[in-house]
Amino acid sequence: MNWLTEHKIPLGDWMELFVDWLIEVAGGFFDLLSEVIENIILFLVDTIEMVPPLLVIAIILVGVWFLHRSIGLLVFICASLLLILNLGYWLETVQTLVLVVSATFISVLIGVPLGIAAAHRPWLYTMLRPILDLMQTIPTFVYLIPTLILFGLGYVPGLISTIIFAIAAPIRLTYLGVSKVPSELIEAGLAFGCTKSKLLYKVELPAAMPNIMAGVTQCIMLSLSMVVIAALVGADGLGKPVIRALNTVNISQGFEAGIAIVLVAIMLDRICKSRSSSKEG
Amino acid sequence: MSVVSIKNLDVVFGDNQAETLELMDEGKNREQILGATGDVVGVQNANLDINEGEICVLMGLSGSGKSTLLRVVNGLNTAARGQCLVRNGDEMVDMTSCSEATLRHMRTHRVSMVFQSFALMPWLSVLDNVAFGLEMQGMSKADRQTKAMQQLEMVGLEQWAHKKPDELSGGMRQRVGLARAFAMDTDVLLMDEPFSALDPLIRSQLQDELIELQKKLNKTIIFVSHDLDEALKIGSKIAIMESANIVQQDIPEKIVLNPATKYVERFVAHTNPLNVLKGDSLMTPISALSQVSAEPQDKSSAYSLTNLTIQVDEKGQLQSATDNNGTVTITEYITGFDVNSLTTSDVVVAPADIAMRDAVEIRYQTKRPVLLQRAGRFVGILDDHDFYHALLGKHFSSTT
Repeated sequence: MNWLTEHKIPLGDWMELFVDWLIEVAGGFFDLLSEVIENIILFLVDTIEMVPPLLVIAIILVGVWFLHRSIGLLVFICASLLLILNLGYWLETVQTLVLVVSATFISVLIGVPLGIAAAHRPWLYTMLRPILDLMQTIPTFVYLIPTLILFGLGYVPGLISTIIFAIAAPIRLTYLGVSKVPSELIEAGLAFGCTKSKLLYKVELPAAMPNIMAGVTQCIMLSLSMVVIAALVGADGLGKPVIRALNTVNISQGFEAGIAIVLVAIMLDRICKSRSSSKEG
Repeated sequence: MSVVSIKNLDVVFGDNQAETLELMDEGKNREQILGATGDVVGVQNANLDINEGEICVLMGLSGSGKSTLLRVVNGLNTAARGQCLVRNGDEMVDMTSCSEATLRHMRTHRVSMVFQSFALMPWLSVLDNVAFGLEMQGMSKADRQTKAMQQLEMVGLEQWAHKKPDELSGGMRQRVGLARAFAMDTDVLLMDEPFSALDPLIRSQLQDELIELQKKLNKTIIFVSHDLDEALKIGSKIAIMESANIVQQDIPEKIVLNPATKYVERFVAHTNPLNVLKGDSLMTPISALSQVSAEPQDKSSAYSLTNLTIQVDEKGQLQSATDNNGTVTITEYITGFDVNSLTTSDVVVAPADIAMRDAVEIRYQTKRPVLLQRAGRFVGILDDHDFYHALLGKHFSSTT
């Protein structure tokens, strides 16, 4: 027993050595990456900020109307955005939206092709599964530390952490959708002369689309759930006032920022969800 | 020349194909091979030729390998050994060994398929579903929509063109499946239990429609079914499969009359012979009739039946018929004859290949036996005994 505790396996030290080695070898690369991503996000936030908030709300409403043609949804979104504006969280909301949308965009960009590849190659999914489990279960703060070291303070470590946490959803659901395409549809595709790529684009992806859309919706929700943690490493957004309120035991600020986060979550969920369900029907 | 020709074809599912083939050659059966190598024998040594315009029905219980064999013809299943030749213009292409490109050419231009579960793409409109294969042929959008619309008109669904498949009933969906396959203009059509998922009335309606379409289009059709009545109705040739083997292949009537094995016999016992059997395979032949005092000076003869005596001259032609009340008119039956106009004062002479259903109808109207002739010569009669014989399925049973 003593022997066992005295000879500790230096797992933590190894990890630290690995991160040190990464910084030494690719520090410049990570700095550059960090710089580029930070600038893109800042540019997006600044652009939206330049437009008067009421005009932005109007543009969002027009977009939602064309997507869903639902008066109820329109009224809800209009009221929510006006309330956020009134509470004084407009800038933070824009920052959060940009962060969530960028994280989702990158997750989908990587996750959907990976999900398709995994569905076609069982060995790849066997390899991916423990990694995905790890990414979803490991406490966020644990990988927040190395991302902080690698990317510095700001939007980027928040974005990277968000992607690590949220990317499993599009991968899993794309995998599920593509591997669950009814075999008779695959057979029909082949029997009518599909090539491999035609089979993917004309049969497998359309058949898997409801699942893929569910993956995107989930990805957005998971990204949003990371805003407070992203704020800890310096990403601006609705998480910041929550953290500030926690530090100063400010009930009113915490409640207002919390309400804003909830409203953003419900709006994004409704906009995405009914889109995917109307496609099914 | 045959359009599809299957030669010594074996299909094996599993990873130990070489070993399995060896065991098959040693004469081991399916269960023994499954136990020894873990492989499943799908089809064993199949030989089948299908000619142009034929509807060949592959019949058997589920798991007998009929769908497996069908799927070899368009390359959805690969063969372990043997050939499956399909006509491509003037040459025959072996679907088991051709290149990817050839396979795709065959699928887009020579062989199309209808599925049991319809296999329509739920996200495409009915029209786009019918146009699906045309898109794979590389046809332009406008052309394929026009053509798909024509096919929909052919199956009577043009008003449903812009609906989604799930808004249609089962029967309509399978019509879309038929239209999609017919749109390809292929010579060969594979149909994998296309009507099995439909309710009986719709099924028989679609069978009739298929028979009508076939008259116009003259395709070569391979049709999988587990229902012998369906096979007898639409098939011009039936191949019966039992645990991976073709146990008998023949024209429908021969299958019903001479089942090769107990297995086939069991199938046949559950069918309605009225639709299949022809008069001459059931009749009491002339040699078995009781002859009355033939007069030696002429070569004519007379036969005595129940309540009826018939005279036949030396060429074998029917001369006259008499009963207790005197001479009876002999009416000649030809296909399409209105049986309801017959009365009890008629006696009917019909061609020997009359369908049994028609013969029963005549018997019912005239209350007399039906006389049969072939090429002008009297060959036999159909009487109650013959009908009961057929209806009870005694014509093939070894116990008679």
